[in-house]
Amino acid sequence: MAKFRAKSQSTVPKLEPRIALLTAAMLTVFGLVCVRLYYLQVMQHQEMSQLADRNRIRLHRVPAPRGLVFDRRHRPLVDTQPTFDAEIVPEDSTNLSETIERLENLLGGDHVADKIAAADEQGRPPYEPVLVEERLDWPKVVALEAHQLELPGVSLEITPGRHYLYGKLAAHLLGYVGEVSREDLIKQTVYRMGDEIGKFGLERGWEPFLRGQPGGQEVEVDAVGRRLRVLKEIPDTPGESVVLTIDLDVQQAAEQAMEGKNGALVAIDPNTGDVLAMVSHPAFDPDVFGAGVKSSDWRALMSDPDHPLQNRAIQGTYPPGSTFKIVDSIAGLEEKTLAEDTAYTCSGGLWFGGREYHCWRKQGHGTIGLHNAIVRSCDVYFYDVGQRLGVDRIAHWAHALGLGNKTGIELDNEKPGVIPSSAWKQKRFRERWYPAETLSVAIGQGYVSVTPIQLAQLAAVVANGGTRYRPQFVKAVEALDGSIAKAYPPVVEGHADLSPETLAIVRDAMADVVNGPGGTAHRAALPGITVCAKTGTAQVVGNKGTLVAGEDEDKIPEKYRDHAWLIAFAPKEHPQIAIACIVEHGGHGGAAAAPVVHDVMQRFFQLYPPTPPMPELTQAAATEPAIARVLDDDPGTAAER
Amino acid sequence: MAFDRRLIIRFDWTIFWTVLALAVVGLLSIASAAYRGPHKPIDPLVIRQCVWIAAGTVAMLTVVLFDYRALATYAYALYVIAIGLLIAVELIGHSTGGSRRWINLGFFHLEPSELAKLAIVLVMVRYFREEPPKGGWSLRQMVIPAVLLGIPVALVLKQPDLGTALILILITVTLVFVSGLNARTMIVLAFAGLCVMPLGWHYLKPYQRQRLVSFVNPQADPLGSGYHVIQSEIAIGSGGPWGKGFLKGTQARLNFLPEQSTDFIFSVFAEEFGLAGSMLLLSLYAILITRGAWIARHTRDRFGSLLAIGLISIVFWQVAINIGMATGLLPVVGITLPLVSYGGSSLIAMMMAMGLLISINIRRYFF
Repeated sequence: MAKFRAKSQSTVPKLEPRIALLTAAMLTVFGLVCVRLYYLQVMQHQEMSQLADRNRIRLHRVPAPRGLVFDRRHRPLVDTQPTFDAEIVPEDSTNLSETIERLENLLGGDHVADKIAAADEQGRPPYEPVLVEERLDWPKVVALEAHQLELPGVSLEITPGRHYLYGKLAAHLLGYVGEVSREDLIKQTVYRMGDEIGKFGLERGWEPFLRGQPGGQEVEVDAVGRRLRVLKEIPDTPGESVVLTIDLDVQQAAEQAMEGKNGALVAIDPNTGDVLAMVSHPAFDPDVFGAGVKSSDWRALMSDPDHPLQNRAIQGTYPPGSTFKIVDSIAGLEEKTLAEDTAYTCSGGLWFGGREYHCWRKQGHGTIGLHNAIVRSCDVYFYDVGQRLGVDRIAHWAHALGLGNKTGIELDNEKPGVIPSSAWKQKRFRERWYPAETLSVAIGQGYVSVTPIQLAQLAAVVANGGTRYRPQFVKAVEALDGSIAKAYPPVVEGHADLSPETLAIVRDAMADVVNGPGGTAHRAALPGITVCAKTGTAQVVGNKGTLVAGEDEDKIPEKYRDHAWLIAFAPKEHPQIAIACIVEHGGHGGAAAAPVVHDVMQRFFQLYPPTPPMPELTQAAATEPAIARVLDDDPGTAAER
Repeated sequence: MAFDRRLIIRFDWTIFWTVLALAVVGLLSIASAAYRGPHKPIDPLVIRQCVWIAAGTVAMLTVVLFDYRALATYAYALYVIAIGLLIAVELIGHSTGGSRRWINLGFFHLEPSELAKLAIVLVMVRYFREEPPKGGWSLRQMVIPAVLLGIPVALVLKQPDLGTALILILITVTLVFVSGLNARTMIVLAFAGLCVMPLGWHYLKPYQRQRLVSFVNPQADPLGSGYHVIQSEIAIGSGGPWGKGFLKGTQARLNFLPEQSTDFIFSVFAEEFGLAGSMLLLSLYAILITRGAWIARHTRDRFGSLLAIGLISIVFWQVAINIGMATGLLPVVGITLPLVSYGGSSLIAMMMAMGLLISINIRRYFF
């Protein structure tokens, strides 16, 4: 650029030629821009105007179908089906009020104008569709389709909708989906207003896998807002599938057995912690939550006195009642305060601290050993066991066996329950522990409260010899190509050191609860398979420790009747299933809960015959005579408290 | 210092009114971009821009009172402050849309990269105000300017703000050219520039590369970045010779244009005011540039002359790149249209720059 360097003495003239050159260059560039503008705005004007007129291209977000949910044998439980939503673009309608009127006539109701007004209120950009009604039923879809020409601006939007194939089946476990909330939108950037998100249960916990990746569409619509063609599409990626450990048939058997009852049932595989069935009744229909739950439905669910939204299996805390005697027995045997041949005389009650503590059997059990004390569920015997142990040793063993702690199942809001100890009472009530309270604890009353899944855990620990597996209900996450994206191997949460002798004593006694004379759960018996069980009764109101026996169940109003427990595992020799079942206000465990457990186990062993297979277990096993024989053994009056 | 009557007599009304005319064009375009229908209240964006214009006018007149020659003393200090603000953005900045560009001052979101443009002009002009050696600046004397440029460029690229980084480089190149280089330096720098380009590609973010690809072939990704350019061209072209009329544009209404009130404001304006309006707008910028160049030629000191060049080069490069992008001549980079686009920082910084230009014009007689 030396040629621009002037020889003048003044400094400015040196710059001047380059400034002139620069200015000229700048104006030339502007000139080029002018040429381009002339080309676009004059020469291409016609074409561009047409493009602008026809420019009714919309950018659509295409929601991805959520992943499927299968049972352990890969049968679908939850899938995604196309649902129809009605949308309106008010700007596309030539006569909006007329269109709204027609639309309201077809859909029934007068909410369309309000929805548009509400959307405008929230700053809807022009030409952005307003969602009028979601999940239209078939007649409405047909009606809209047939009258499309009279409804300019109205369109049917096909979106993937969550569908629960078996309605209320395992509703608390599967959960439900709903529209993403404001809080979720702020926390997570992948969601947009109106997206579906898992709100509860599996749908919530496994949301990142089930969600999938939404796609996008550039859609051209005509003058009345009808889609003409998709110009460009970024395909969506459906969510990954989840395979549960639940067996559909076992779950169905459990749901059926619990039909009409309030309560819960949890069945787990004691060898892995796999949840085979989980029922909480009453249940809700997860389909009503899909895309916009109606406020009336929501209110009905919230105000239902039976709390259908509560998952009783993990959130219901109840006194374990006599099922707790298993804990006493194990604790006593392991702590050597109790031996197999320890005998005690039950006269129907025990005087302690100036007060009588009853046995459920008014006339008493006479002189009784440990085995029979468990089989017949003698309260007085276990008052003595409890006293010898003291509350803190009972608490230690209860925790070791899985009670009073969260089991770790991956569902929200699991309750830990309460296993009292002297330290617990000091902390909670700033009061020392009174020995008399130990008596209540020993028979699973007083402060003791556990969840059904904890008692299932207890049954599983006794069944497998001491290992606490974390209950898991997801077996695997499957990628779209069917490969395993994530597996869930068994997780050991803890281990209780139980001697083989202790286990043998407790298991023998539990087997006789079902099969022996005087046992309290004859109704749980299966032909050819030794079922081990323990009944329990959870008192509903007050009178902790003072047990009034002999009242006729039927005379007590239902809401004051006790809850019925049964914990069980089978087969005794090589357990494959452990169950806890509670029937609220069912009365005695043997009468109300045992038949439920029987039905579930019967179905389970039809599908998974015990190993080594028992020759007797064929279809004949499930037939009437077999059950009748079981019932004959038990006149049904062997109630217990 | 007593008020100097010459400040009024020699006040540059051409620049003043041109600046205000451009601000009004901006106001109209923003009102149009934010228009939501006849029954909707005026968008807060419009009201805020009015406030920025008022504040910018005050800032511009304040700068006029100020003797620009003092800036030579403070140039490096101001540069350090601007760098400090850019670093502050890194640390406490406010991010929108994936990039961190703003410092929240409560009442105002300060965008320090706008101030960085003024700072880089000042510091370069300060460096080049010395008379170059015979034959022009040599390569060795380019090291300091390269470092002075490199620091803010690296900082804005980190935000990431490719547009501002580009502007900083172009301003510097312009000033280096005008201040005089020797032939050897010029060839080496040009060659180095060519070599850096493919290397630059390597450092671009995927979306920035995408924009370059879709510039070469908009149809490659019509749903993504190519889409914006196509829609912008349709907006401008459908405006025709005379435009669709104020608030009658459809492209803007349909939300086809991204950043309608900032980076793509020209498309909104050109759609409603047509070729006539676009020509008027370009003429206003041409007036600013020729007037600035005239001032540069008629100022007696090298500092004032180069400063005027630096200031108009900010205007020129932003206009050229912004409109070039909107009309599909250049790839999409986020650069505002000076004095027109929505935004307090860029508007006030630009009005201060124009105030400086007026200040130079007034004081060229003072010797």
